[in-house]
Amino acid sequence: MRLSIGRRTGAMVAAVSLATVLAACGGGNQPGQAAADGASAWALTGGSEEMFRAQFDAWNAENPDQEIAVDWFANDAYKEKIRTAVGSGNAPTLIYSWAGGTLADYVANDSVVDITADTQELTDRLVPSVAANGQVDGKTYAVPNTQSQPVVLYYNQEVLDAAGVEVPTTYDELLTAVGTLKDQGVIPVALAGQSVWPELMWIQYLTDRIGGPEVFQAVVDGEEGAWSDPAVIEATTKIQELVDAGAFGDSFGSVNADQNADTALVHTGKAAFILQGSWVYPNFLNDAPELVESGGLGYTTFPAVDGGAGDPANIVGNPSNFWSVSASAAEEDQATAKSFISSQVLNDDAVDDLLAIGTVPPITGLEDKIEQQDNADYLSFVYGMVRDAPHFQLSWDQALPPAQAQELLNNLSQLFLGQIDPQQFSDAMDATL
Amino acid sequence: MSAATGSAALTQTRQGRRAPGNRADGPSVWMAGPALVLFGVFAVVPLIGVAVLSFMSWDGLGDPVWAGAENWGRTLTDPVTQNAMRLTVVLSVATWLFQTPLSLLLGVFMAGRQRYRAVLSVLYFLPLLFSAAAVAIAYRALLDPNFGLGTALGISWLSQDWIGSPDLALWVVLFVISWSFVPFHSLLYQGGVRQIPKSMYEAALLDGAGRVQQFFYITLPQLKYTIVTSSTLMIVGSLTYFDLIFVLTGGGPGNATRILPLDMYLTGFRSYDMGKASVIAVILVVVGLAVSIGLNRFSGASKMDSQMEGV
Repeated sequence: MRLSIGRRTGAMVAAVSLATVLAACGGGNQPGQAAADGASAWALTGGSEEMFRAQFDAWNAENPDQEIAVDWFANDAYKEKIRTAVGSGNAPTLIYSWAGGTLADYVANDSVVDITADTQELTDRLVPSVAANGQVDGKTYAVPNTQSQPVVLYYNQEVLDAAGVEVPTTYDELLTAVGTLKDQGVIPVALAGQSVWPELMWIQYLTDRIGGPEVFQAVVDGEEGAWSDPAVIEATTKIQELVDAGAFGDSFGSVNADQNADTALVHTGKAAFILQGSWVYPNFLNDAPELVESGGLGYTTFPAVDGGAGDPANIVGNPSNFWSVSASAAEEDQATAKSFISSQVLNDDAVDDLLAIGTVPPITGLEDKIEQQDNADYLSFVYGMVRDAPHFQLSWDQALPPAQAQELLNNLSQLFLGQIDPQQFSDAMDATL
Repeated sequence: MSAATGSAALTQTRQGRRAPGNRADGPSVWMAGPALVLFGVFAVVPLIGVAVLSFMSWDGLGDPVWAGAENWGRTLTDPVTQNAMRLTVVLSVATWLFQTPLSLLLGVFMAGRQRYRAVLSVLYFLPLLFSAAAVAIAYRALLDPNFGLGTALGISWLSQDWIGSPDLALWVVLFVISWSFVPFHSLLYQGGVRQIPKSMYEAALLDGAGRVQQFFYITLPQLKYTIVTSSTLMIVGSLTYFDLIFVLTGGGPGNATRILPLDMYLTGFRSYDMGKASVIAVILVVVGLAVSIGLNRFSGASKMDSQMEGV
């Protein structure tokens, strides 16, 4: 949500051009030339904000001569601001990111520094499939700083019981369940179509189950015609099959994830299933505690597709969020940022904080700790998913460069609305490669 | 601006009798300095920046590179942008057609001095006090097919897929925009109507004109310049609708409400294609200027003759 937007074109025109002026003034990136005026960090509000605040407070208390100044941003506002800041050489010392295409851009422009040596100890403790997201060409440019967020298929057990539906383990079972639930007058699957990005989870999981991670890797590598892979076509065909079967109800286009309207559908019993990131679990805990306590909120992995080449243990989502160190910061500030990373990021306190809010950090060997938590069953399930996943696919909109990601969201939205067919989707996306 | 030109012309005529060069009276030109500086720094310079950037390729990182006319060709042939242009025209025309009669009638009604009208005016005026983002969020909640007004009141026809259906979304946007801006235009008309001299109506009454005839032969012609002003604000304003639509639908479903300003923003700050976004910005500036100048010329409002002759 972005509420404080320039009201008029003039303001936006000014914003676009201000970016130019900034770039001109910044004169690109001049590593190491900046004066040491203290390290800084931009962090995000919401989610694991409390953990970050505790970390920065602890660091600043212990290192009064190396204080880090922190500014806090809302998610979308941050995403827009950071790119201009990095592009103009005005980035904070610690750069928060989702890795993926943005990190690749940063590395290509020499905006962030290689921190392989400084983070070796942390990297050794990380789940390898998560740590891999911060590496480009075998070097570490970003390290995970918070919980793992795999996409989980949640369901309302009470609704399934009332309809006599079993939890589906294959796509065909899911399709049958959709038919039964629809006849019972409930929305089979809640989907926040207005936000569009929840639709990505469907195409990501289906493509992975049908063709394995290689299919999307070809897209990232920019191979000609990668979007026309039979696995993508089959995935998009299955999506339209689900839409036509009424899987998402007839008004998913009005449902917005920002206000948790999609999870509300599930805990109010209006919908049975929801495919969402593990970050929605705290919403269920807050909005429907009695449902969660009575075991009415179920969770499972995405169904397998018969004859599919992908490993059903593969997961998609956000492996984590990441810290990088800005190349435009002074050497001294870079050193501060690096010691902050090695002493604070995902240390024991941070792990406890994350587990306490119902999320799991991407650190190995946490089984015993998790056993002692409230909601230990759920946390063990998510932790097991992350630990045992052969492949953890970063959300496609983060993995791709921004322009391609927007095209993807745009075309995907039209695919779900039935405005384009699978072939048109693949053709349109191939044109972006 | 037209009013300023008008009064300048008037001053010129009066000054014609004086010796040329005697301009000691009136405020010093230097007093316009601060305004000109602000205008230059925050409007003219960025505008030139955007025009230059529209010929460059830049993704927000690194340095912009010259791209020649490539951005322009790419933008003008892009089906998404073409659709955005079409939607912008549709929305401009539709909001004008919807808002003008409504504001005109409400304005005339509000111009009456009766107490109940004053009370109602305050109510009409309320939407103007809300921020566009708040209006959009409120409407999004009210129109939610699962938890919105329709479900709460048990009125099934209200539970439509209002902002999720490509066929309905644009009209919902049109309605919400009108709901937000009709009060403002009504206010303009109220002021306009109250300036019409009573003697005109008295004369018309003596000639036997009824209420409807009074409206068409006195009120409407006397409001000519108010209509021009209000229409210019509406049409040029519709080239800049952004916040409300951005929060209400985000341009969706699909591209159903992605009008040009939104297209510019999404291209610039989501796709980080600054070159293409600048092209769209330049188009918006040129069209906006052309429309407002055109409206003024076409309507003869630039002359702004007095309508009070003989009164």
